[in-house]
Amino acid sequence: MVNRVVVGAHYGLKDWLAQRITAGVMVVYTLLMAVLVPLSGGGYEGWHALMGHQFVRFISFIFILSLCYHAWVGIRDIWMDYINPTALRLALHVLTLLALVGYAGWAIQILWRL
Amino acid sequence: MSEIAKRRPKYLNLFEIKLPLPGWVSILHRVSGAGLFVMLPGLIWLLGLSLGSPENFETFKAVVGHPLVKLVLLGLMWAYLHHFCMGIRILLLDMHIGIEKAQARASAIAVLVVSLALTAILGVKLW
Repeated sequence: MVNRVVVGAHYGLKDWLAQRITAGVMVVYTLLMAVLVPLSGGGYEGWHALMGHQFVRFISFIFILSLCYHAWVGIRDIWMDYINPTALRLALHVLTLLALVGYAGWAIQILWRL
Repeated sequence: MSEIAKRRPKYLNLFEIKLPLPGWVSILHRVSGAGLFVMLPGLIWLLGLSLGSPENFETFKAVVGHPLVKLVLLGLMWAYLHHFCMGIRILLLDMHIGIEKAQARASAIAVLVVSLALTAILGVKLW
């Protein structure tokens, strides 16, 4: 008799963990920016200088990647819960993934122009 | 066994079952997340405008000054704050903090109240 334990593909645990780590990153970034943005003095000059600062650009880059990964796991879960036809679900997964990769590139490009 | 098997699968009528408050806060987490995802291109577009040339910044100010845009942004601000507060609640629940029924109910109310209050405060401050 084969004593096999069904354990699945494990991607559930990885995504569960990734969802929490990316959430933690975004919490820290949000709190940091909630302090830094009012300190920047407002207006075009202050906002431009803040977002162009190398450290802010560095953490914003990590925030953007975290947000997109987080959104991927969350939106994929929504499709998995409500969309039954496999072909349609697969198409939505691909579209979501492509959109998020594009958004990440777009947002990063905005920051790197500064 | 056969009696139970006959009644399966069981479908819940969403218009008849009464969802407890933590359930509402939970579904709002999903709704707010979906809303933020849908509006993400708009938000990145606004970010780009605000960080472009001084003329772009003026356009940005004009766009976010429009009453309809303000309303949408207020909604998105609530979505972000709700998702934020609920996220922290989920992280605490993961660490087995506040998993008793009464505590979980209290934290669900706290998520609802804190996110709405912060939305109101920030909304008044920004407009």
